Amino acid sequence: MLAPDSVGRTFAGADSISISQSEIDAFAAVIGETDTSIAPPTFTIRISLDQFQNILTQPEIGLDWSRLVHGDQKFEIFAPVKAGDSLSCSATIESYRIAAGNEIVSVRSDLHRGAELVVSSWSTLVVRA
Amino acid sequence: MTSKIEVGFAIPERVVLIDRQMLKAYADASGDQNPIHQNEEFALSVGLPNVIAHGMLTMALVGKYVTDWSGGTASVKEFGARFIKPVIVPAGEKVDLTINGTVTEVSGDQIKVDLVATSAGVKVLGMAKAVVIKK
Repeated sequence: MLAPDSVGRTFAGADSISISQSEIDAFAAVIGETDTSIAPPTFTIRISLDQFQNILTQPEIGLDWSRLVHGDQKFEIFAPVKAGDSLSCSATIESYRIAAGNEIVSVRSDLHRGAELVVSSWSTLVVRA
Repeated sequence: MTSKIEVGFAIPERVVLIDRQMLKAYADASGDQNPIHQNEEFALSVGLPNVIAHGMLTMALVGKYVTDWSGGTASVKEFGARFIKPVIVPAGEKVDLTINGTVTEVSGDQIKVDLVATSAGVKVLGMAKAVVIKK
């Protein structure tokens, strides 16, 4: 059960995250992408989901990650992500509701390279009853 | 020379085959090691019919379909989907992910594409859409 007062809160990531060429290569290889000069469009989910997990499972927030399924996902990509980028990420809990016993949380992730916003993404996460 | 893209244009269908090995590779590449994508016993214990693919793997493969058409990874500006049904991946099998796309809007250099993805005849993504700038 999510703490109600956490809706609307924005959490800054502790440190900026460095993107390595090998991470991009591994992700691209799975989908058969041979151009690894920039990251595939959905690559940054690896950063965002990790951050959501860190935030939402904190004791004072209280989400049960073990029963979680991904409901939907959207990306807005303002600039490509490349190896060598150092990205800072902030995450915002945008909404929370319970439907048929399932907890439904909408979270937004904003990834910045310096002052430049490079990717915003929205995830709906469902904790099944 | 490229012909003008018009509303209603259908991007040629693509069939991608997904197996357990691909799920393991995606788990390692994405960091999503949820056992429902690798461990059959665990998947069954939480009420799933079998091991299922990561929704984000499905989305990544659909993204590749779009970018191959639109001119590369950098062409995607927006991309979204709902995960409405799982892609079920039994051991030792290769299951299909069948992808189709249709242009729904052309405004300036931006093209909106509606995407349909099915596996074993079942629609797995809902509201799947991308906005691209085609090269």
